[in-house]
Formats: sequence, C-alpha cells, structure tokens
Amino acid sequence: MDTESTYSGYSYYSGRSRGSHRHGERSRDRHKSRSKDSRSEKSVTINTPPAEPLLGDTAVRGEQVQDDNWGETTTAITGTSEHSLSQEDIVRITKDLEDSVGLDCRRYFTRTLAIILGLLVFLTPLAFLVLPHILWPDKLQSCGTACEGLFISVAFKLLILLLAVWALFFRPARAGLPRVYVFRALLAVLVLLFVISYWLFYGVRILDSQDENYQGIVQYAVSLVDALLFIHYLAIVLLELRQLQPCYSVCVTRSTDGETRHYNLGQLSIQRAALAIIEHYYCDFPVHNPALLSASKSRAAKHLAGLKVYNVDGEFPAAPAEGPGNNAAAGIAHSQSRAMIAAAARRRDTSHNELYYEEAEHERRVRKRRARLVVAVEEAFTHIKRMQEEEQKKAPGDVMDPREAAQAIFPSMARALQKYLRTTKQQHCHSMESIQQHLAFCITNNMTPKAFLESYLTPGPTVQYSRDFWRARQWTLISEASVTSGLKDGTIFLLKCVDFSLVVTSKKIPYIQMSEEYIDPKSHKFVLRLQSETSV
Amino acid sequence: MSFVPGQPVTAVVERVEIQKLRQGENLILGFSIGGGIDQDPGQNPFSEDKSDKGIYVTRISPKGPADLAGLKMGDKIMQVNGWDMTMVTHDQARKKLTKKREDVVRLLVTRKSLEEAVKHSKCSYPKH
Repeated sequence: MDTESTYSGYSYYSGRSRGSHRHGERSRDRHKSRSKDSRSEKSVTINTPPAEPLLGDTAVRGEQVQDDNWGETTTAITGTSEHSLSQEDIVRITKDLEDSVGLDCRRYFTRTLAIILGLLVFLTPLAFLVLPHILWPDKLQSCGTACEGLFISVAFKLLILLLAVWALFFRPARAGLPRVYVFRALLAVLVLLFVISYWLFYGVRILDSQDENYQGIVQYAVSLVDALLFIHYLAIVLLELRQLQPCYSVCVTRSTDGETRHYNLGQLSIQRAALAIIEHYYCDFPVHNPALLSASKSRAAKHLAGLKVYNVDGEFPAAPAEGPGNNAAAGIAHSQSRAMIAAAARRRDTSHNELYYEEAEHERRVRKRRARLVVAVEEAFTHIKRMQEEEQKKAPGDVMDPREAAQAIFPSMARALQKYLRTTKQQHCHSMESIQQHLAFCITNNMTPKAFLESYLTPGPTVQYSRDFWRARQWTLISEASVTSGLKDGTIFLLKCVDFSLVVTSKKIPYIQMSEEYIDPKSHKFVLRLQSETSV
Repeated sequence: MSFVPGQPVTAVVERVEIQKLRQGENLILGFSIGGGIDQDPGQNPFSEDKSDKGIYVTRISPKGPADLAGLKMGDKIMQVNGWDMTMVTHDQARKKLTKKREDVVRLLVTRKSLEEAVKHSKCSYPKH
C-alpha cells in the first residue's frame, strides 16, 4: 500500500537528511529510527513523522514521496494530509531551529571538555602526592628537607601553570569557526595521552607495589609538572608564535565595488586566515553602500534592453535536449549571443557620453552641497563657547551640558547636512540621533567643525557606524580546499555575506636574497666640471 | 676626428683668414670658443666624439669678421697662426687668438662636411 511504503521511506530518508545537519545529533537520530522500525514490526502503527525532516531539505523529502503513480493517488495537499503539523510539532520545530542556528551546543561541549581536561591535569600531581599518605601511611618513609623543598617547587610550578593556561586558553572566544581548531585538538590529545601514561606508570609501579620511597614519588610528581610546563611552551609556539612571521600576501577584493586591500599573513589554516581577514575588513574597508551601485545596474539594464533577438526560421532552442539535438541548441544559443555582441559593438553607442556628463554634473552638485555644509557647520560652531570656571559662578542661568548644546545648534546645520547626505546617498547610514550624539561628542572634546564633518564627508570603515551595521553577521566560507588545511600559494576562497562577498587570493612572499656592499666614507670625492665659453 | 692616443691626428682642414676688427680699444674677431683640455667634453654640443677636448666655435656674431671670412658654428679649430689648438687649455686658446700685436689670424678649421666632400669626390673617381 502506498501509505506504508511512504512511511518506511520516511524513516530511512529522515535519518539521512538529519545526518546532514550536525554530526553531534547523529547518534541520537539513529536510536530514534531504530526504535521506530522495531515498533513497526510488531504492529502497524501510524506515527506522525518526527519534526526535523520537515525542517530541512524539503526537496529531498519531496522527490522520494512522489512514487510512480503519485498523480493518481494523491490529490491537493490539504491540512489533513500526512504532512499535517500538530501544536507540539511546531514547538519542537522552533526549539530545534534555535538549537541549530547557534553553535552553542558545540561551544559548550568544547568548553566542558577543556575544563575536565584542565581539572584532570591539575589534580594529577596533587593526587600523586596525596595517595601514598592515604593508602599506606605507615609504610611510608618520612619526608626529609629536600623532599619538603620539592613541595614548594611543585606548588609554585602548578601556580605558574595555572596562570599560563588561564592566559593562553581562557580568553573570550571571538568567533565560531566551521571546523575544529586542529592544533588545539592535537595538543589536547597529547596532554591526555601524557597524563594517562603517567597514571599508568604510577598505578603499576607505585600503587601496586606500594613503594616506600616518598622522595622518589615527589620527584616523579615534580617531573610531571615540569613536562606539563614544556607542553605549555609547545602550545604557545604552535598556537601563537608560528603564525606571527608573515609568509603570504593576501589580496582581498569586495565583489560589489572592487575595493581591494592587501594584507600579510603568516602560516595559518584557511579558516583562521578568513577570521583575520574579516577582522581587518571591519577596520579597513569603507562601509558597503548598496545605493551607490544602482547607477551601474541601470546602465547594464539599458545595454541589454537595446537589442533583442528574433528567431525568424522557427527553430526552438529548447533547454534540456538530449544527444545531438543538444549541440544544435547550444550552437543556436552561441550564435545568437555572438550576433548580439557584434551588433552592440557596431551600434553607435552614446552611453559613454551620458556617463561622462552625468558624472561631471554629480561631482559639481556634491561640491556645491559640500561647500554649503561646511559653511553652515562652521557658523553653527561659532554659537557655542566653552564656559570658563569663573564664569560658571557668575551666570548660572543659561548653562547647558553637551547634549543640550548639540540640540541647540543642530537645527541650523540639519538641512545642509541632510541635503549633502542625500546627494552622496549616505542618508541611511546616519540617523538623526547618531548625528546629534556625534555632535555632542565633538563639542565635549573641543573638536573643530572640520573634525566633526570628517565622518560624514568620507565613508569610513564599517566599525565607525552604529551597532546594527556591523554587528557580527553570518559569514560563509566557500573554499575548494579543506578549511583546516593551511594557506598555500594560489589559494582562493570566498567569504560570503548577505549583500556581497569578499574574494581572497593568496601569494607567497618570495624568498629575499640580500647582499651587502661596503662604502668607505672617505670615498665620497667630487670634481668640478667646467663649461666655459669665451668670446674673442 | 676622433683622437687615438699615440697616433697622429688626421683631418681635412680648411684655411680661414680673419682680419681683426678694431672696436674701441679691443681687437675682436666676432666669434666665441668653447672646449679645452681642462673643460668637460661631454657638454659640447658640436663634437661627434664626446671625449673630444678640442676647441670648437660655439657662436658667430652675424656680419662680424669671422662670419665674413667663412667661419661656421661648430667648427673645430686645429691651428691658430701655426700654434696647435688640439691639446690646449681654454685659456691658452683664448690667449693665442687675442694677441694684441697681430691683426690677422690664420686658422685651420675642420668640420664634418669637409670629410664628406672629400669622400664623395673620391667615390666618383674610383679609378683615381
């Protein structure tokens, strides 16, 4: 029967589509689908399918639901079909949506792992020292002076290790990267293996045989702490120092308007290089203004709208034709586009003329508005004077704080500023509130009108604007190579944002061969070159 | 006209005889000289070989005695009244030309066009 086959299809495919989400949930899902199968063997139960497959990959679900005679058996999709949602399904969907949108689960998971590992590492030397006293106190030799001195060294080394680990590892995470940080994972595994091997040795040679030489045990604990400090040194070198020396020069281009910058990076994995580039992007690139791109789009539309191809012979270049028909269709499409390009080149196009005059006109208009704005702001600033201390006692009436002063002089320059922002298409970047705030800020810090205007005359970097503009957005790293592999010469990857993407290419900094040349200070000698002409 | 050390210098020369003109107290010839072994040969605009330190005529005053005698700008002066001018300093050349007791200076000058004229005449009579 159709319904049965579709349900078994559901359970199988649902497991697969869920597996494509995050692998942390895979084990949970496999348990679910397995239990469902066992239930369906005993009795025919009609279960509503679990919430998650309704979320993702609806295309996958769609195509396997349609078997061969779908057109006859199913009718219009109404609310009472098997796709119906009950109230708790909706709640489950939203909960799962929240879980999958943030990577909180993974972050907390790594954090708890790190804390467990840290506790294990710190308590191990203490356990080594304390366990003999607990397990065989009577057999133990008393601790002499040298041994007690070692206690102090263990204590201080542990303190230094604690501070060093806190400084290196317990910093607020600045980003969520797509893949795990390979070096950290390797170091964690190394530390774990190391501590386990020490425990093994301790368990076999000391606990089992109940060694009485307490000084040897203390020295063993000290050697563990020393080795942990060396592993921390290794961690510093691998995680921090290795990427400091610049090795690659990356060229970052914004796809919408072509802004390009070059940076020097060290040996990093692609995902960490992407993170460094995004941080540089927020500080260096002028803010992305989609309003400035509309002019070129309209020009492009005009180019396309000029020519149209009519097929007089009646051949239809249908899109997915098979076999030799496909080549003919492709050939027709090719010749059409070539004909269009040739006709466009031949046509006497005056659009370059329009562009030139339009740009000249716009330039003139911007300069005029800018002049008016500068004059208005300078005049407005003359109305405000910082009050001296002595005057404060004399005239307490008309005293204003910076915010009120800003509000007082703002109306006289508001119109000019508004017009200027409209002409340069920046009006959506600055709200009136932010302008007044900036004005109060400039007044407080004794800035000149020119300093106040600087943030409006030139588009600044993204960090300069309000929080909404540059709050950390979702960036997608698109790369052909694996993102945990290192940067190489000729690596290309994309950082996609909602509005635009950054194209990144990397080149290796060449090996520089330098030689020296010695110049004797006494060798700087000069002669006079004469050139005289005498008339006789 | 290039100078090879150790070899005698050969050139096709023209005799120019200039009568000095009395102007007040001075006897003038009506041209200017440049060059000399103490000068910078690289700045000479008239020489072909920029290491040539000979004396060159740099300017001719129009309608002066030198112009009337047929001296041309860019000529290299080889001899003045028998005195050699190929290896002299600028000041020595000036002195040889401005001797107060002499009214006439007889110069031997050379220029590129002289060489070419001789070459042409040689070519048109190959059998000679």
